[in-house]
Amino acid sequence: MQTGKEYVCLMRLHGDVSDERLLEAVKLFTGQIYQVPPVRSSVTRKPRMRTIYSAEIIERNGRDVLMRVACSGGTYLRKYCYDLGLYLGCGAHMQELRRTRAGPYDEENSVTLLDVYEAVKLYNENGEEHALREVVQPVETTIKFLPKVYVLDSAVDAVCHGADLAVVGISKLDDGIKRGDGVAVMTLKGELVALGDAQMSTEEMLDSEEGIAVDTERVIMDRGIYPAVWRTGSKDFN
Amino acid sequence: MSRVVEGLIPPWQHKRRTLTRFEAKTDTRYGYNPYERPIRMHLRLGVINLDKPRGPTSHEVSSRIKDLLGIERAGHGGTLGGFEPGDIRPFLACYRYY
Repeated sequence: MQTGKEYVCLMRLHGDVSDERLLEAVKLFTGQIYQVPPVRSSVTRKPRMRTIYSAEIIERNGRDVLMRVACSGGTYLRKYCYDLGLYLGCGAHMQELRRTRAGPYDEENSVTLLDVYEAVKLYNENGEEHALREVVQPVETTIKFLPKVYVLDSAVDAVCHGADLAVVGISKLDDGIKRGDGVAVMTLKGELVALGDAQMSTEEMLDSEEGIAVDTERVIMDRGIYPAVWRTGSKDFN
Repeated sequence: MSRVVEGLIPPWQHKRRTLTRFEAKTDTRYGYNPYERPIRMHLRLGVINLDKPRGPTSHEVSSRIKDLLGIERAGHGGTLGGFEPGDIRPFLACYRYY
């Protein structure tokens, strides 16, 4: 999934650069940048536009520069360091890298394998669910930053069967949705039903009385959890 | 030396407003609040934000988690370090159960 990432990276400069010049280069490399994926990469080596949201120089020791970089998915930090080096004229490479955030998941809220073992042990031995619920988060956390469309109970099961979402099935929705945006279809209890592409903007969804609002791409919720109103409805119709 | 270069707002800091199109209630007989699912269902639809140890591969770790939790399927959403040569430590991985 294309989500924002945050990294802490150690860049090594190949020459001496003043703090001011380094900061100026980092400023220039913030915002929209072009990148050609590195030689050893799994994608086509064509220039691509990527976004550096922000960058912070945490610490500097001579030619070693420790940075925190927030960027869009698919940004190569190895390339970012190399390109910074080219701009500065002295060259540079990435010495070490650690990802500290992927979409909604950040390092601070991560757990270790040992945490998982202990939580499972507590559950198996004492039936204690609390630790297990701390370690395992609901699937809804994955779409924390996607715009959401909340649907009526009566619309849920149709979407679970792969139907596109009709605008009349919508109860609430997030602002700022544009046609073609990826959206999450949710129940009014906050459960993830499906992922899809918006066929209307927020304004159109609010104002329309007919038409398809979301093209369902990927169904997450099992069928039969909510009543199949659409099925009985069609039976009555026939 | 500590300098921050602020550019754009990263996606995880975006705030959204939820608007009402049609006021409606949800029937408590169907479905669950995501944080109140029965434990088996919670595990099946769960995600672990795991700080992966350096040794085993993502594949091995997700297989171990699958056995540990006694669920049918588990997968991972990626780790950093897969294509990185040398001693870069792979870490933040997300484990997801279907």
